[in-house]
Amino acid sequence: MEENSKSVLVIGGGIAGIQASLDLAERGINVILVEKGSYIGGRMAQLDKTFPTNDCSICILAPKLAECFRHPNIKLLTLSEVRDISGEAGNFNVKLLKRPRYIKEDACTGCGDCAAICPIGGLPNEFDANLKTHGAVYISFPSSVPLVYVIDDTKCLYLNHGICKLCAKACGTKAVDFSQKDQEIELNVSSIIVATGYDLFDSSVIERLGYKKIQNVVSGMEFERLTCASGPLGGHVLRPSDKKEPKKLAFINCVGSRDLEYNAYCSSCCCMYTTKEAMIAHEHDNSIESTIFYIDLMAPRKDFQKYIKRGTEEYRITYVKAKVARITEDKEKNPVIRYEDIKTGTIKQKTFDLVILATSMVAKEDAEDLSKTLGIELDEYNFYKGEVFQPQISSKEGIYLCGACREPMDIPTSVIDASGAAEKAAEIVMREG
Amino acid sequence: MSEEEVKVGVFICHCGTNIGGILDIPKVTEYAKTLPNVTYAADNLYTCSEAGLLEIRDKIKKFNLNRVIVASCTPRTHEPLFRSTCQEAGLNPYLFEMVNIRDQDSWVHMKEPEKGTEKAKALIRMGVSKAVLLEPLDKIKVKVTPSALIIGGGIAGMHAALDLANQGFETTLVEKESDLGGNLNSVNKVYPTHDDASKILEIKELVKSHQKITVLTSAIAIKVDGFIGNFEITVKQGEKTLNFNVGAIIVATGAKVLIPEGLFSYDGKKVITQLELEQLLKSNKVNAKNIVMIQCAGARNDERPYCSNICCMIALKNAMLIKEHNPDANIIILYRDIQAYGTVYQNYYRKARENGIIFIRYIFEKQPIVKKDHIEIYTESLNDTINVPYNLVVLSTPLIAHDDSTDVAKMLKVPQQEDKFFLEAHVKLRPSDFATDGIFVCGSAHWPADIRESISQANAAASRASMIISKEMIEVEGSTAEVDPEICIGCGVCIKLCPYNAISKNEEKVATVNKVLCKGCGLCGASCLANAITIHHFTNDQIISEINACMEE
Repeated sequence: MEENSKSVLVIGGGIAGIQASLDLAERGINVILVEKGSYIGGRMAQLDKTFPTNDCSICILAPKLAECFRHPNIKLLTLSEVRDISGEAGNFNVKLLKRPRYIKEDACTGCGDCAAICPIGGLPNEFDANLKTHGAVYISFPSSVPLVYVIDDTKCLYLNHGICKLCAKACGTKAVDFSQKDQEIELNVSSIIVATGYDLFDSSVIERLGYKKIQNVVSGMEFERLTCASGPLGGHVLRPSDKKEPKKLAFINCVGSRDLEYNAYCSSCCCMYTTKEAMIAHEHDNSIESTIFYIDLMAPRKDFQKYIKRGTEEYRITYVKAKVARITEDKEKNPVIRYEDIKTGTIKQKTFDLVILATSMVAKEDAEDLSKTLGIELDEYNFYKGEVFQPQISSKEGIYLCGACREPMDIPTSVIDASGAAEKAAEIVMREG
Repeated sequence: MSEEEVKVGVFICHCGTNIGGILDIPKVTEYAKTLPNVTYAADNLYTCSEAGLLEIRDKIKKFNLNRVIVASCTPRTHEPLFRSTCQEAGLNPYLFEMVNIRDQDSWVHMKEPEKGTEKAKALIRMGVSKAVLLEPLDKIKVKVTPSALIIGGGIAGMHAALDLANQGFETTLVEKESDLGGNLNSVNKVYPTHDDASKILEIKELVKSHQKITVLTSAIAIKVDGFIGNFEITVKQGEKTLNFNVGAIIVATGAKVLIPEGLFSYDGKKVITQLELEQLLKSNKVNAKNIVMIQCAGARNDERPYCSNICCMIALKNAMLIKEHNPDANIIILYRDIQAYGTVYQNYYRKARENGIIFIRYIFEKQPIVKKDHIEIYTESLNDTINVPYNLVVLSTPLIAHDDSTDVAKMLKVPQQEDKFFLEAHVKLRPSDFATDGIFVCGSAHWPADIRESISQANAAASRASMIISKEMIEVEGSTAEVDPEICIGCGVCIKLCPYNAISKNEEKVATVNKVLCKGCGLCGASCLANAITIHHFTNDQIISEINACMEE
């Protein structure tokens, strides 16, 4: 990549950031893609399937990851964060901090010999919703891009106690490098795209739903990893308490969403993804029946209504318009849901084998910090605030927004958003000539 | 090339322990050396490491290798890397062949390493037999016309045009009506800001006055020939016929509001559509005290199973606007599910409830019945029918595809769905593209979209189009299909099957492949009744030779 002023900084390597980067790079504009974590792919990489086509998520994403990594106009910086910016549209000076990976990116081939020998184990893998573990040197998932291992500097024996170095000995390409330090990188870019994505609401805050107290109540993302063939159970869903195959599933929508006590907004995707998860569960085991508790079924986009219909007709899904009051458990550790059935206006109680909570998509924990660093506004929910009719345009000229960092949204909407933000960023680059 | 002696180099990868820890790679390497035409064979710990790639380049030169095989992980991630390595050493990249002995061998035969080793030998034997027959291919380069055509001058089309023009591209905007603006011309105010629609339409002047934009109103694109980078457009404007070339096309033809003939006693007077209500609101003619709005009028039923996305917000908007002028009005919205997704629309929905709009849910099985002066509404929660008096009923009807949308689809050779909205290349990851290269879609032509969605999609379509027209030349895949005109019987099977519209009949009535559009997928070759089609890089000879090699011991 040539060093010139025709470049755009993209912050966040999820599907939105990737799409924005690819559009710009193909447009002939240099991109610096900055990702805080050790790999790109974001939330989409964690998903098992995607609605409404039930495409395998990583299968359709992986080619984009590879393209992004290999594109001559994209410079990918993982483990990196924006620390400071100054200047204005067309001429931003950016300071980045790149944290050490302790593995040389150009030498590691991703073979995994280091991880096989690492004596540390049992560290929760966030990628697998903490349902699987890894050692102190690891990759989050087998098709990680870049396919480069990373050393957890809080757990590595050598970095903390000065002993071990087994990984360095095992590595055939001498890729382990304990001398790496924090690195400050300075850049000049024409425009900036923010694509930092979202966090998931911690349902344990709503005590009446029993999440983290009742074993057989799991989150949507946990269930996503449970059904995934590359997940902790190899796609064979077993419930946590007794490792038995659950037959009766309940999905509860709007957990933390459309709730004035927590998040007043609608998370946009949950009606569809609970339908998808119920379908996938049924595909794994066709004796599974699911009940989805909802407030309004949000299914406005292409083929969404058809999808709901298929769910009802072919996948034994029952939709119940209801307000869930509380979840308790019986002696066999089966979750018991108490709810108001809106249809009849009566209070009911029903027992299930496993309950899945469709937790709200919430603003990133560091949204406030980054908004201050960048000098852009947030909305009342801490999502980045865009113009009403062109929501990719932030409150500061030259900085654009895309994906769920500005409002909860699904994958196609994020992709459209990303291309839209790329277009606006390209206009600034072209204006500067 | 054919005269030259074939010298194959085989590089076999251990992939750390991924392959080497399971299969007996030294044994496989020794075996590879015995295969016909193999000049050099060696194993590496990591063929994809810098050292591994250097070795490939060195050995190509040292042994004059003219075919290279890497037996390793998967072509999905690594084929581009090895191809470019060959190219750097002066070898045509299509003379490289990859053999998958990790994903399809060591990983799946972890518990039977001996069988896995035999399979690796067989896979390499097959690869060598194919490699011997490989031909050098060139990527095709075509020149690009740096301009775009936008079909449709509504809010989406106008924004797409402005985006491209602001990037410096010549853009022609074709609108069939006499003015730009589309459906918004008939709208009173817009949600969620309650600005006049005319404020949103101020963009019309920017579009009309932009140096780089040619606006053709009362005009229709009647013919589109050519392909990505080089479309030849014919537009009819009154008596005039205009011809010009563009590099990319954006479809922004929009959709229209369903007129609910025969539904809920629609009469256009006491029972009207939201669009008709907009007209009354524009001229302040809404005095009715009891107003009932019915959502999903003509949508989410057997005839039109889809949800039209934007009608809930339109109903909320008009209900709130009426309430603003006439706080005493009683407004009831009869709904099935309120579509108020995200932050902005959910806030708006809450605001409507706070403003005293009454929401009553109805079910599809027992729909409201509009009588002369009251509506019978069945509600599940009461398990009873209630009668609500009205002075005005407003039906929220869906957007439906334009009557001429199929003409546009045929002209551009792009697909439509059952409901006649345009079908994008991939629902998840290519929502703005058509499968046909160089053509894009935005706004309600794709699916009912409101203003901010239409503008977002327009920006996206403009970005996608600019990826093409910003290039002087585009380079396309070298492994494409080729029809032998002597053998082709002109049956047309391949033309129907080709997902990229790359095949057509020429003057001699035989099939011919446009190499720029062809992706080399092979569908046509596999289905050709006369065996007239060759898929370069996957020729019949190459594949049969691989199968024969597989059967050898």
